[in-house]
Amino acid sequence: MQAFSALIDGLIYTRSRDHKVRLIADYLRSTPDPDRGWALAALAGTLSIATVKAAAIRAMAEERFDPMLFRMSRDYVGDTAETVALMWPEVSADAVAPTVSEVIDLLNSTSRARAPNVLAELMDRLDANGRYALLKLATGGMRVGISARLAKTAFGQAFGVSVDDVEEVWHALSPPYAALFAWGEGKSERPDPADSAFFRPFMLAHPLEDGIVDLDAYAAEWKWDGIRIQIASTGGETRLFSRGGDEVTGAFPEIAAAFNGIGVVDGELLVRGDVQGGEAASFNALQQRLGRKNVTAAMQAEYPVFVRLYDILFDGAEDLRSQPWNARRERLERFAAQLDTVRFDLSAIIEARDFDHLAEIRAAAREAAIEGVMLKRRDAPYLAGRKVGLWYKWKREPLVADCVMMYAQRGSGKRSSYYSDYTFGCWTPDGALLPVGKAYSGFSDAELKWLDRFVRDNTVARFGPVREVEKSLVLEVAFDAVHESKRHKSGIAMRFPRISRLRRDKPADEADTIANLRAMIG
Amino acid sequence: MWIDPSRPAERALVTHGHADHARSGHGAVWATPETLAIMALRYGTEMGTPMPYGDGFEANGVKISFHPAGHVLGSAQILLEHAGERVVVTGDYKRRFDPTCAPFEPVDCDVLITEATFGLPVFTHPPIEDEIAKLLAARAAQKEGCILIGAYALGKAQRVIAELRRAGYDAPIYIHGAMQKMCDLYAAHDVPLGELIVATGLAKAEMKGAIVIAPPSALNDRWAQRLPDPITAMASGWMRVRQRARQRNVELPLVISDHADWTELTETLLELRPSETWITHGRTDALGRWCELHQLKARALDLVGREEEDEG
Ligand SMILES: [Zn+2]
Ligand SMILES: [Zn+2]
Repeated sequence: MQAFSALIDGLIYTRSRDHKVRLIADYLRSTPDPDRGWALAALAGTLSIATVKAAAIRAMAEERFDPMLFRMSRDYVGDTAETVALMWPEVSADAVAPTVSEVIDLLNSTSRARAPNVLAELMDRLDANGRYALLKLATGGMRVGISARLAKTAFGQAFGVSVDDVEEVWHALSPPYAALFAWGEGKSERPDPADSAFFRPFMLAHPLEDGIVDLDAYAAEWKWDGIRIQIASTGGETRLFSRGGDEVTGAFPEIAAAFNGIGVVDGELLVRGDVQGGEAASFNALQQRLGRKNVTAAMQAEYPVFVRLYDILFDGAEDLRSQPWNARRERLERFAAQLDTVRFDLSAIIEARDFDHLAEIRAAAREAAIEGVMLKRRDAPYLAGRKVGLWYKWKREPLVADCVMMYAQRGSGKRSSYYSDYTFGCWTPDGALLPVGKAYSGFSDAELKWLDRFVRDNTVARFGPVREVEKSLVLEVAFDAVHESKRHKSGIAMRFPRISRLRRDKPADEADTIANLRAMIG
Repeated sequence: MWIDPSRPAERALVTHGHADHARSGHGAVWATPETLAIMALRYGTEMGTPMPYGDGFEANGVKISFHPAGHVLGSAQILLEHAGERVVVTGDYKRRFDPTCAPFEPVDCDVLITEATFGLPVFTHPPIEDEIAKLLAARAAQKEGCILIGAYALGKAQRVIAELRRAGYDAPIYIHGAMQKMCDLYAAHDVPLGELIVATGLAKAEMKGAIVIAPPSALNDRWAQRLPDPITAMASGWMRVRQRARQRNVELPLVISDHADWTELTETLLELRPSETWITHGRTDALGRWCELHQLKARALDLVGREEEDEG
């Protein structure tokens, strides 16, 4: 348990993703079976111990601690399990810490009624960090910022296998994953994924910088402003996966339930109606649902979602990935015909005479859900990752406005010593500035240094971490769209704003007005 | 006559040199010689009457004496005796071993005025040897970078250095320039700290594998950007709580405190069994509740000018 609790704490305090992966990989390499398998399951969210619920931990606390002292401590610490772990009497010197598998075995073989006692006996054998890890393991809520995909990536790194191979076999296996480790260590063949719905890595696009492509060789589609999603179904089970390969079935159960095909398809999750992109909140709502294990019926009703399909990877058991886009498109059209039209439709192909014509069509497109144009090589197979020359995304030209910096806040991580998050505003008719957005990207390191200095030298007030600055610096802000918003006093909000230029040359009173911005609502 | 007054006073008794206890601008000051030296270093030429541990004087029929508190160099408890009644003000204190200062001496009393910085049952400071071992292990694993430790310039920094030396770490230790004078003062008071190098203006390559100690305020500042790939550590009792460490972007929390933890606070009360306890400086509510549960008469004493959290 000590190695496991050291891993958990390492993951809590480490911010870099690569470092997290390395910590997990080191642990998986150096820990024996079956401990490491249980740990992997705990990190990937596939471990559940039916006998222990969060209530068992509260019950344990109530039995042992004065309720007032416990409440004061809980309020301070902010986490029940951690509070109990910290308040628990210190371990005696001769106690022998349990192994991870001993913990799992003991808890799995007891009853729900007996579980708090079993847990308490285990607590007596562990130090404070061990007790914390134990309670988190037992209740299944590790909360160490690790996704299932990242845990699999770490496994891949630990044993020099590709994460896609891990993904292929993952759903065919169950904790403590003995067969997976045997394969990783080269002691056995790769386990057979058999009949399970699992994630296949997405094909991704490069930005089209300023080239021109030949529309005989490339098909054009709209680029939709939703969430990339993969649906995999064996008939028996249907799973949804997001960009990183994390399962999101629980977040969009209505999609999984409506999918009646067998195969694997690729598409964009969007909200029905004109709310998509019209009000940033709808996109945010999708994002929020993405992070949930379950959603309420009310959430489902508020934002009706559907998937706009644009590719097919498997039709039934037939792997279509090696076939050219043209052939896959035909298969997709046939496949989609059997699907429920409320939840699924096809991403249309843009018919353009030539590239110039396409550019015209693209420039005229003002539908909010359109982010730009995708160009896909007609003869290209479906390949994992970003391959040169096969798929391009050609985003719409950004809109720009000159805004005035109003507030600044320190960034996070590497940027935490710089004021790198800026709130900016535009003018009202009576000469006041109202915030219209916030940006923390788009500038170079040298510009960041300059901006940081500007903030420090021009602070007029402080509110906690936020500094209000002299309203004198004009920032040229680029953004994808602007729309009505009740959340801002200005009544408008920008979509994906970023700083495109520092306009140190421009007097603040020549910056744009709210009315100018309003005219760009499209 | 005031103890640790937060505003300039005619006559002040000062328990120790931390800024929330020793302010400048008093008329007459009584404190231990070490505390007076620290105040002189911080505030310029401030004079006072040195009161070595055990020594005392009388004012208005009250006998006043100074006794070791084990908190930082020169830290004292103050005993007030009047008409057979004994009142002890602990100031900040701890009961753990500390190579940089005299150990706490329990003083019999009728009324104990105790601090309660870590007055919540979640605070148990682990043995410092474990925390130093954790630090040395992290350093051994970080060959290409350095370990940057946030530690208060008075007390914590010198204790971490002295404990590193006690653990056999004899390489030079790099310090922030703001700490140099205080480290010199400790060395002059027979607290050997080994070779210390001021880290300002050194090349990154020179500091690979180094242990660097800086005030907590410098951790996320530009000063730290000149260090090679630092792992940010922080030596404080607050590091016991994960969320507190994460809030400060700490990657290597070291639970090292110069204050009594919950066990020390409560065991000291049981040992001294004062007929009355006044609780101040920290979590007065929880320690008060504990006294109630143990049938000890206690009340919270809220002091003005003490709303800031202690150094930990
Ligand atoms: Zn102090
Ligand atoms: Zn204090």
